[in-house]
Amino acid sequence: MNKNNPLLEIKELKASINENTILNNLNLTVNKGEIHAIMGPNGSGKSTFSKVVAGHPAYSVLKGDILFKGLSILELSPEERSHLGIFLAFQYPIEIPGVSNEDFLRLAYNSKQQFYNKPEVDPIEFLEIISQKLEFVNMSPIFLNRNVNEGFSGGEKKKNEILQMILLDSELSILDETDSGLDIDALKIISNGINKFMNKDKSIILITHYQRLLDYINPTYVHVMQDGKIIKTGSFGLAKELEDKGYEWLK
Amino acid sequence: MVNKSNKVLNTNITNLVNKDYQYGFSTEIEKDIIEKGLSEKTVELISTKKNEPKFLLNFRLKAFSKWKEMKEIEWSNLKFPQINYQDIIYYSAPKLQTKIKDLNEIDPELLKTFEKLGISLTEQKRLTNVAIDAVFDSVSIVTTFQEELNEYGIIFSSISEAIHNYPEMIEKYLGSVVPIGDNYFSALNSAVFTDGSFCYIPKNTVCPLDLSTYFRINDPKSGQFERTLIIADNNSKVNYLEGCTAPQYDTNQLHAAIVELIALEDASINYSTVQNWYGGDSNGIGGIYNFVTKRGLCAGKNSTISWTQVETGSSITWKYPSCLLVGENTKGEFYSVALTNNYQQADTGTKMIHIGKSSRSRIISKGISAGKSKNSYRGLVSSTNKAFASRNYSQCDSLLIGNLSNANTFPIISVQNSTTRIEHEASTSKIGEEQIFYFLQRGICLEKAVELMISGFCREVFKKLPLEFAAEADKLLSLKLEGSVG
Repeated sequence: MNKNNPLLEIKELKASINENTILNNLNLTVNKGEIHAIMGPNGSGKSTFSKVVAGHPAYSVLKGDILFKGLSILELSPEERSHLGIFLAFQYPIEIPGVSNEDFLRLAYNSKQQFYNKPEVDPIEFLEIISQKLEFVNMSPIFLNRNVNEGFSGGEKKKNEILQMILLDSELSILDETDSGLDIDALKIISNGINKFMNKDKSIILITHYQRLLDYINPTYVHVMQDGKIIKTGSFGLAKELEDKGYEWLK
Repeated sequence: MVNKSNKVLNTNITNLVNKDYQYGFSTEIEKDIIEKGLSEKTVELISTKKNEPKFLLNFRLKAFSKWKEMKEIEWSNLKFPQINYQDIIYYSAPKLQTKIKDLNEIDPELLKTFEKLGISLTEQKRLTNVAIDAVFDSVSIVTTFQEELNEYGIIFSSISEAIHNYPEMIEKYLGSVVPIGDNYFSALNSAVFTDGSFCYIPKNTVCPLDLSTYFRINDPKSGQFERTLIIADNNSKVNYLEGCTAPQYDTNQLHAAIVELIALEDASINYSTVQNWYGGDSNGIGGIYNFVTKRGLCAGKNSTISWTQVETGSSITWKYPSCLLVGENTKGEFYSVALTNNYQQADTGTKMIHIGKSSRSRIISKGISAGKSKNSYRGLVSSTNKAFASRNYSQCDSLLIGNLSNANTFPIISVQNSTTRIEHEASTSKIGEEQIFYFLQRGICLEKAVELMISGFCREVFKKLPLEFAAEADKLLSLKLEGSVG
């Protein structure tokens, strides 16, 4: 592991929504090749953290900085951050009526191609690309013709998120409670897909409430977030301890 | 430090739908214009100017006296100041020497105007598969491909020409589908209509070209009252397209049209409209008041009338293209996309009146409201006691953009026959901040995101438009929706 190769650096970050401060003095460094798990009680700021990194316009950054590959991304739009390699798997994937999953995925893929001055792919070429990716998450091609997330089960929605992560080949992936609402088979399939996708040049941040996901995906670090900052960092063992004792003992 | 808020995204969406109107220019041209105001004298003057036969003057005078007794409609979900009918010019025509036989006789300014609108009337450049009747203010300027169509026995001309050349047909059918006293605006139109298109497709003929009327209101003070009459004889078929634009003025212009369609046995008429009248500015100043009565009569058995409309313009739209399904086994269709923005108001929908046995109808309505606009669907499906085994399917979907727009649905169903089957589905959805952010996070920009969602929403209607029109409609919607992304 190369400690001198940080992908994401968060420095004394303070962020708010509707004038409520959610993140306060948050510090975090994620190096290439690392998997970080962020745990913490409800309302501790985990989802806010993921949205602020992705550039959600509802949140304001009041203080501090976010560096991606050494450069501040605070002034960048959400789509630029996406092109640079930041991916957010949503806790509640959004339904988009009237737009087919295939069109959506192709447009996302081509937008990135365009950003890097690479040729856009036509629908037939794209079908070939996406078919290979579908296997990663054991998804049927039927889902390509359906509208984005519309009428998908909880598990199908989460698989669709991971499919997009794999398609866009993001370097930093933040998975916000991707394990919630999954049965044990779906959890295995999704974990498998994530593990196959992961390599020494990528980083993943897993936001989760449960240790069970970490049984399948081995985290480099486990952090506990509370009141908008990280209050404790440890290894996989910390997750086990939290599962046994809850969060109260940390106070 | 960055301070982005909710407002940013909302503003972005608002900017996106606020692209300027690109047809807002006006044309300087010598005009033959009458004094503003409306009286019996005005009606007589119009008739004299057009050198009309006696029956038509009587038709007009009867309509005028009906109109005087009537009141403006009050049931619509529209708010607008009282229209002063004495402040409108009822006849405004570009000065022409005589009836134009040669395009070279047309004022070049007029040709340029239509050229700028993307409608080329000159021989070399005109569309090869569409015949066009170009209407400028009160009169028809020219009709293309008349001779070619004549070889098939198809009559396609301005209604003024038709009044002189085929008076019996006009006398028989004019006002037969939309009676003079049908409503306030139909009475007004019947009294003062100045031009429009006429079309007759003979028996056993499939019209080889799409027919089209292009309406342009130019004069700031004049109203446009056009009249379209289309007759499809037994076993004939025609596609008809209608397009409209107007310059950008800060006053409101009145447009009150009537379209009557008649389909005889086994005949089929497809009537498509892309309406892009000036809709007023972002403060709701100016724009066209569009009060239109469109109705089709499926008179003969197995006949079909299909209305497809893309309504993006006008300050006020009041319009219910309808079908009277009189014949046995007739079919009526209504496919509509209505987009409103800023302070635009649309109250639009359809009426499907089932009278004939086994008559069927289908209604697909898509309303999109952005800005502070108000978009209402109003529909009537009725089946009389004789309409055995008649069927209707209706689907009304509304899409809201932003937090200040308004969507309403007023469906009325009236069934007097127990063998009738009617289905109605409705939905309301919203392009919300979270949906947009989902696209953005995947690297898809705002413009493309909205475009994709809108075109997905409208797909069912767009695929009903003729090919050359579908492209235009797509362009029109993205014009309205594309713009500065801040």
